[in-house]
Amino acid sequence: MKRLAPYLLILPGGLWLLIFLVVPMVFMASVSTQEGDTLNGFVQTFNLSIYGDVLAQYRTQFLRSVGYGLAGTAVSIALAYPVASWIAFKGGARKSTYLLLVLLPFFVSFVLRTVSWKFLLADDGLLLAPLKSAGLVSGDFHVLQTTVAVIGGLVYNYLPFMILPIYVALERVDPRVIEAAHDLYASGRAAFTRVVLPLSLPGVFAGVLMTFVPMTADYVNAGILGGPENTMIGNIIQTEYLVNGDYPTASALSFTLMAVMLIGIFAYAKALGTENVLEAAAR
Amino acid sequence: MTQTQAGAEAVAATCDSSSAPAIELDGVVKEYLAHGEVVQAVKGVTLTIAEGEFFSLLGPSGCGKTTTMRVIAGFEDPSRGTVRLHGHDVTGVPPNKRDVNMVFQSYALFPHMNVWENVAFGLKRRKVDRAEIRRRVGEMLEIVDLAGREKRRPREMSGGQQQRVALARALVNNPRALLLDEPLGALDLKLRQAMQIELKRIQREVGITFVYVTHDQSEALTMSDRIAVMNDGLVEQLASPREIYERPATAFVAGFIGTSNLLKGVVDRVASGCAVLRVGQESRVLVAESPGREGELLTITVRPEKITISAEEPEGEVSAVRGTVREVVYLGLYNSYTVALADGAEVTVFQQNALDSTSTAERGDAVWLSWQPRHSYAIGR
Repeated sequence: MKRLAPYLLILPGGLWLLIFLVVPMVFMASVSTQEGDTLNGFVQTFNLSIYGDVLAQYRTQFLRSVGYGLAGTAVSIALAYPVASWIAFKGGARKSTYLLLVLLPFFVSFVLRTVSWKFLLADDGLLLAPLKSAGLVSGDFHVLQTTVAVIGGLVYNYLPFMILPIYVALERVDPRVIEAAHDLYASGRAAFTRVVLPLSLPGVFAGVLMTFVPMTADYVNAGILGGPENTMIGNIIQTEYLVNGDYPTASALSFTLMAVMLIGIFAYAKALGTENVLEAAAR
Repeated sequence: MTQTQAGAEAVAATCDSSSAPAIELDGVVKEYLAHGEVVQAVKGVTLTIAEGEFFSLLGPSGCGKTTTMRVIAGFEDPSRGTVRLHGHDVTGVPPNKRDVNMVFQSYALFPHMNVWENVAFGLKRRKVDRAEIRRRVGEMLEIVDLAGREKRRPREMSGGQQQRVALARALVNNPRALLLDEPLGALDLKLRQAMQIELKRIQREVGITFVYVTHDQSEALTMSDRIAVMNDGLVEQLASPREIYERPATAFVAGFIGTSNLLKGVVDRVASGCAVLRVGQESRVLVAESPGREGELLTITVRPEKITISAEEPEGEVSAVRGTVREVVYLGLYNSYTVALADGAEVTVFQQNALDSTSTAERGDAVWLSWQPRHSYAIGR
């Protein structure tokens, strides 16, 4: 019984994942190589060439998605790191309150949050109307339907996923180690670049994983805040599936996206694996 | 590494006064605000630590010894008072601009760096050239017996090894003073004793001033040239280990350092610098160099190993106190007797277990305790 216990513990979660993740994925993989349409049904023809076709057809959207994901991740790091370090080092007794504030947007629906950004950034909305009437920006200036709006929305929606892991990593840094750096003639800047930053890199690493993946696959922000020039691969998948009913194309796109991100993540982990990150920082 | 090389450091320019004491604290007070109340962790410490001295700050936890050290290191700014290093006022100077280094209680090694990188950290920050860094780090690892372990990470090492890395990391910078905050606290007894001897050897070898914070009195007695015994934010006594042990200035010092007996008595008469105290009916205590006058109530302290136990009343110019043996504990090297006096006070006596030992007082025996006048020491009134 004792030897079985670990396996019994993994059983519910394992079954859950098997039924709700693995089974649909196998099903989707099977659909991706079928041919046909919604009226006449789909037939399995092992049409593998569809993968090459979708990649060629939607190359722009793939590249754009990865580009938006990278840009959003970079902006998130720049915004999240100072916030996380402020909470970790200066938060004092109110740390949990500040963390709750960081998480507060999650209490509002994802779509609703993004829609409210649309109101905020509209051409004559709360932000632009006063600026326009004051003559600070020209009358035809707009934010919606631009790359900036989409990346801004992505960053806004996924920022907490960057703040939390960085906070956890910084929280674990022993303050005496920072004192030791100062004691060994490190200026504030050197103590940060040589000690605090390298020790917090595992948190940044986790944050990148947790934001880059959903950002790249996102379709809500591009759909609500972007224009036709901002279509991401997620929007294409959504359209193919729900509007065109082209299940094989949608499935093939999904798997291609997954492959692109897995390759990217593994390359990233290989190049900047946690252990190597530390090694590099110590030099 | 020699002292002359230290002079070549960038800091040399600020260290022209070689005759000035290494560290001077003048009326240092440190106050904290805790739950809206001002708490004084250090209540006015003035002390001078000489160049090359092994100086200990000894006291129970919360006595202000660590705060005092952090003031010297620059991690805390004193609320009042000044800190001078080699005659230069460094009050308010940040730790990275002070030529003192610290060995932290839990070592605080950089977990993401190997031994070599840890030790070279300070030299790199001061832009020492690479060949020089290689030479000095190599030499220092030799001194702390860690040569060949340069590539190890701190977490791959034992506590004793980490301790030596911490020591090397601080010493390699050739600081004007090394501050050690309970550095042996986390080690087991055997290793701690070995490290005490090791620390003392290293200190002699490098000739650097050591300021050692500890709550372990035997550690302080073993290693120090001088000890400041601290209690409740103040220095109770500042003297050599022998002086502190033999002549504790206050009841606190007497109680904190080793085992001590406190006896109270009224001065009966003073003759040729020696006071005779009446303690109960038949007992007398002789105190050499007594500050007391006739009729005055004095508290004296006497160490357990200075007392002789006997069945008959002792003769001559010695203290003689009557009592009954309450407890005998065999401790191998010596026996520990607890003797109750007529007034209920208890006296601890250590008698060495020599081969020819004939003193075999048993529980319940009526005995006499005697000791030389110079072993009675009147403590602060």
